[in-house]
Amino acid sequence: MTIKYNNAYINDTITITGPYEAEGPLKNYFDKSYKDLYFNEKTWEQAEIKLIKESIDLLKEKTNIKNIDILIGGDLLNQIVASNYATAKIDASFIGIYAACSTSTLGLILGANFIDKKQAKNIITFTSSHNNAAEKQYRYPVEYGGPKPKTTTFTATGAASALITQNKKGIKIESGTIGKVIDSKTTNVFHMGAVMAKAAADTIYQHLQDTKRDIDYYDLVLTGDLGKYGKEILKTYMKDKYNINLKNYNDTGTMIYDIEKEPVYAGASGPACAPLVTYSYIFKEMKKGKYKKILLVATGALMNPSMTNQKLSIPAVAHAVSLEVIQ
Amino acid sequence: MKDNYQKIVDENTPKEDTINNAIIAFITGGIMGVIGNFLIDFYETYLLIPNKEATVCMLITLIFISCLLTSLGFFDKWVNFCKCGLIIPITGFAHATQSAALEYRKEGLVTGIGANMLKLSGAVIIYGIIGSFVFSLIRTLVGLV
Repeated sequence: MTIKYNNAYINDTITITGPYEAEGPLKNYFDKSYKDLYFNEKTWEQAEIKLIKESIDLLKEKTNIKNIDILIGGDLLNQIVASNYATAKIDASFIGIYAACSTSTLGLILGANFIDKKQAKNIITFTSSHNNAAEKQYRYPVEYGGPKPKTTTFTATGAASALITQNKKGIKIESGTIGKVIDSKTTNVFHMGAVMAKAAADTIYQHLQDTKRDIDYYDLVLTGDLGKYGKEILKTYMKDKYNINLKNYNDTGTMIYDIEKEPVYAGASGPACAPLVTYSYIFKEMKKGKYKKILLVATGALMNPSMTNQKLSIPAVAHAVSLEVIQ
Repeated sequence: MKDNYQKIVDENTPKEDTINNAIIAFITGGIMGVIGNFLIDFYETYLLIPNKEATVCMLITLIFISCLLTSLGFFDKWVNFCKCGLIIPITGFAHATQSAALEYRKEGLVTGIGANMLKLSGAVIIYGIIGSFVFSLIRTLVGLV
């Protein structure tokens, strides 16, 4: 389903990252980066809580907004614990959402809905992920060095927040497509690109159908975290199934790190990946005039280790937002 | 509508360098064997420990070194490079146990370390014991005939 918005704008954003992101090609675009993965906290989970809290605080400071009506956000951890603990320290209504690595665009869609209908004035939507906290919960202990396949992705560490209001400033949220949960029948937990590419294809196709647009309407189509191999899978599948040629296309998972030099295998993943790249580098390029219209399709693998141990395949979802430079 | 998704996935999934990995594991695993034997000889010759006990001392030494290097934070990179060369020997077992213990140390001695230390390596212990029981049983039965 696609919803069109007339008056929803991302006024400003904040991106905070960890050390690996700060060594990547986009290092100069982030608002703040830390050198230590603990962020001066005691545990990985507490580090992630700090990241979210700080990104919201910095955004409030930057935009000079005192009252936030609604906070919308989520993360990868069980019970979206980082978001819950971070928002416990902030005086604002909170909607916690879980859509794995597609949380960022779902947050933008929900936020734009409230704003467009004038039900709220200031909404901050946020997401975060922490490499070590995610590894601990979903995979192996951080210090365990067992070899991983080439298709493995590396969870990005960081938090990103965006302020959405009716004030015509920043980037316009033109429309949003809420994705369907798609089971691609993939069971390989080390190949998230294959798990999610089908969901991305479905959402992109649905968006184009609903809006009666051609893919070339967008200057850039950006998927969330399919990685090096998932990106090729999506391109081939879009051509094969829908006869859509993804020309101006990139994947944020392949942009945030130097894939050849950093130990990140097929690229970045995690809820923070798509917004870290979009809110920093892409928005700057949009404001410079390089891109006018982009389609951001954050992709999420709805993975649960118990279910994969029960031999079930991993469902995935992708939510898309159409972002435009204000004319 | 026909759907070639699985085929497209297979075509775009890279092959793992199995042969290369096996060669690395063969060489590094061999070096581990040499180090183990060197340790046994050392304990036998210089500390005059009988062969059977010297073997145990060698295992304890390797476990200690693996745990120490894991705690110092760089053994995971060695394991990642050497692969089965370091995973199959006792070093892999020690590394898996120690890394899990480190991971959960801030969640309490019992609820953290106690409950999670054998998360990865527990299966080795369980099936090791079951396996040795089955083989002892077979040996006993064969011996009776």
